Amino acid sequence: MAKRTIIPFGPQHPVLPEPIHLDLVLEDETVVEAIPQIGYIHRGLEKLVEKNEWPEMVYIIERVCGICSFGHGWGYCKSVEGNLGVEVPPRAEYLRTIWHELGRIHSHLLWLGLLADGFGFESLFMHTWRLRETILDIFEETTGGRIIFSVCKVGGLRKDVSNETLDKIVVRLRGLEKELKELTEVFLDDVSVKNRLVGVGALTKEEATSLGAVGPVARGSGVSNDVRQDGHGAYGELDFEPCLEEGGDCYARCKVRIRELFQSIGLIAQAVSKIPDGEIAVEIKGTHPAGEFVGRMEQPRGEAYYYSKGSGQKFLERIRVRTPTNANIPALVKTLAGSDLADVPMLVLTIDPCISCTER
Amino acid sequence: MTERKDLTQEIIFIEAGDLLAAVQDLKAAGYRLGQACATTVGGELEVLYTFEKDNILTNRKIKLDAKHPEAQSISAIYPYVFIYENEMHDLFGITFKNLGLDYGGKFFKISKETPWNPLFEKGDEN
Repeated sequence: MAKRTIIPFGPQHPVLPEPIHLDLVLEDETVVEAIPQIGYIHRGLEKLVEKNEWPEMVYIIERVCGICSFGHGWGYCKSVEGNLGVEVPPRAEYLRTIWHELGRIHSHLLWLGLLADGFGFESLFMHTWRLRETILDIFEETTGGRIIFSVCKVGGLRKDVSNETLDKIVVRLRGLEKELKELTEVFLDDVSVKNRLVGVGALTKEEATSLGAVGPVARGSGVSNDVRQDGHGAYGELDFEPCLEEGGDCYARCKVRIRELFQSIGLIAQAVSKIPDGEIAVEIKGTHPAGEFVGRMEQPRGEAYYYSKGSGQKFLERIRVRTPTNANIPALVKTLAGSDLADVPMLVLTIDPCISCTER
Repeated sequence: MTERKDLTQEIIFIEAGDLLAAVQDLKAAGYRLGQACATTVGGELEVLYTFEKDNILTNRKIKLDAKHPEAQSISAIYPYVFIYENEMHDLFGITFKNLGLDYGGKFFKISKETPWNPLFEKGDEN
């Protein structure tokens, strides 16, 4: 009979930039059950809605996560704008889309670097993060910040970007694209990388659907789930299809994110070629949210929900952020069961867990 | 601009006793569960469930007594709701009956005492 042991994985672990705890129930070296525990970095950000007026809450919601901060700010604004019935000017929607796609490139490159670090390919990790700097530089030049931007506000944006600057950004991204092609060939073709990813942690399309998986985790299993297709922002004017893979394993999830890097560059180029001139914000005065609205975003890690509830006062009654990592925990728990202990770090990494997002 | 499907949504209040039947109907109609969350409103707790199909959102809301919040789990219909129901249990003190995967109040490990529902009466949950 196999010996049964419990190994605590995390909250501190080399592959975890943020703390999550998993009790791994093992039979010899096979995981038979994984029990998650979170809360180590719960900051009570949603609760702060009771002490901060709704126009100011965007600064707090941006701080839910340091990687997809722009997307969180946009998601919050979208929910409150829906609540107020505000129509955002088209130029603001295009600029939001451009920044959000830059955020996706930044997030996926960060993740690819962490993955390379996780399977011990240090030079690949460093090259990936070197390329990521290009995106952070563009953020800094257009918003003034590299991580937290505070350019999004309810009703539009605080900052415009000139069309000349946008054209230059596309030129830089085309240069980045060439370097990315060389880099991503290593992730997709190198035998030592494939040994760690192919066939590991497979999730079928049916399992991904029944477990409510989202983002690259779902798309890596062939589930066509991409909120951008609802046409919000400028996405309704851009030509794209969700990046789908059928393998369902760690390699497929990695491949989806790599394809999305190039897709995002293409989307930014499309948006820059179509961006209209005009205002970047509408003024909102003398009114407060008095209803409920659920907004959705496709964050780099997948679908996120933003629920706002107001009562006509300057403080909202509730803001709820349901992040993609939260939705992917059931898929993680499922794929961990039956895996080898040695594969657990890759499995945890390939859902691209963001614990700050999950706990808020 | 093309039609904005994300602006199409509804929030429907239902009796807590009708929750399972309503959720079963949505499941049969092909909706997937997007999220579930609780909100303290006066002396009551509101639980909101969001469902999505083809980028159309529909929501179902129930109200619970904040002192003794108790609801039926929908984990028999959407098993992955355990993430949200365990969170609502740990942070808002809601007891979900027949919860499929119950972490027994140990899902959220935080330094402050929970639940944060000011009206919740400890000891009454069992």
